Amino acid sequence: MQKEKYIGRKITNDIVFIAVLLFFVFLIGMLFLTFGKAGNTVKVTVGQTVFGEYPLEQDRIVEIRTEHSLNLLVIESGRAFIREASCPDGICCDHHPIFRDGESIICLPNQVVVTVIAKAENEIDIVA
Amino acid sequence: MGNNKQRIKKLCLLALLTAASMILSYVESVLPPVFAAVPGIKVGLPNIIVIFILYRMGVSSAATVSFIRIFLTSLLFGNPISLIYSVAGALLSLVVMILLKKADFLSVIGVSVAGGVFHNLGQILTAMLLLGTTAIGYYMIVLAVTGTLAGIFVGLCGAFLIKRC
Repeated sequence: MQKEKYIGRKITNDIVFIAVLLFFVFLIGMLFLTFGKAGNTVKVTVGQTVFGEYPLEQDRIVEIRTEHSLNLLVIESGRAFIREASCPDGICCDHHPIFRDGESIICLPNQVVVTVIAKAENEIDIVA
Repeated sequence: MGNNKQRIKKLCLLALLTAASMILSYVESVLPPVFAAVPGIKVGLPNIIVIFILYRMGVSSAATVSFIRIFLTSLLFGNPISLIYSVAGALLSLVVMILLKKADFLSVIGVSVAGGVFHNLGQILTAMLLLGTTAIGYYMIVLAVTGTLAGIFVGLCGAFLIKRC
């Protein structure tokens, strides 16, 4: 009957397809990871606007506050993480501290992106 | 007329299936996070229903149920932002699944895996667009692996339904 053909022979095609797919994703993902210098600055954006940039080497606590949201960013011992947030799921708070160039902690409900970038020496300044 | 009766039957069936996929959506939202380091990982259970409809009832029925389910679910449990992500993921996922099914060289499981992985890809791309950063790109590695595993599971369930129902 026609129904029998839904799995059948095509499983080998599946395996090849999945292998190729995973390979490409792995390749592209690795490109993202390896093409990076060590990060030295934490950049915070809320929505499309930059909220501020802070050097990783200086411990500080930043209140990322908007009219309807709050995320508490902590920079400590060269790493950045979110300690508290007003979002309903708190996924951003569970994230491990970040420190490499390109790493980021994202709070989707509050549209907050905390990311580590590498700024050239003379560009670094403190935005309060 | 016989035709009318069939259309009503189909309408009821699709409505029931939409409700079922909403329940699956809710169920997977209360399951513990699969991979704690990457937030937002979902198993994609509603895709079982979508793939069943795709193989048994056609492209338009599958697309309709999928989008209505997303719309209703985000109305009930989500927020406007989650709606955008879900739609983006589902759109890309559906297109890929429809094309692959047409190309007819993958089994249900393969199509399901592709659907799951591209659903995640759609959401990552949307996140990159909305948040203006490509830094999250490397998440795709993990999402692709879990998407594949989930896709296999979903595909097996879907195939079971397609064969037996």
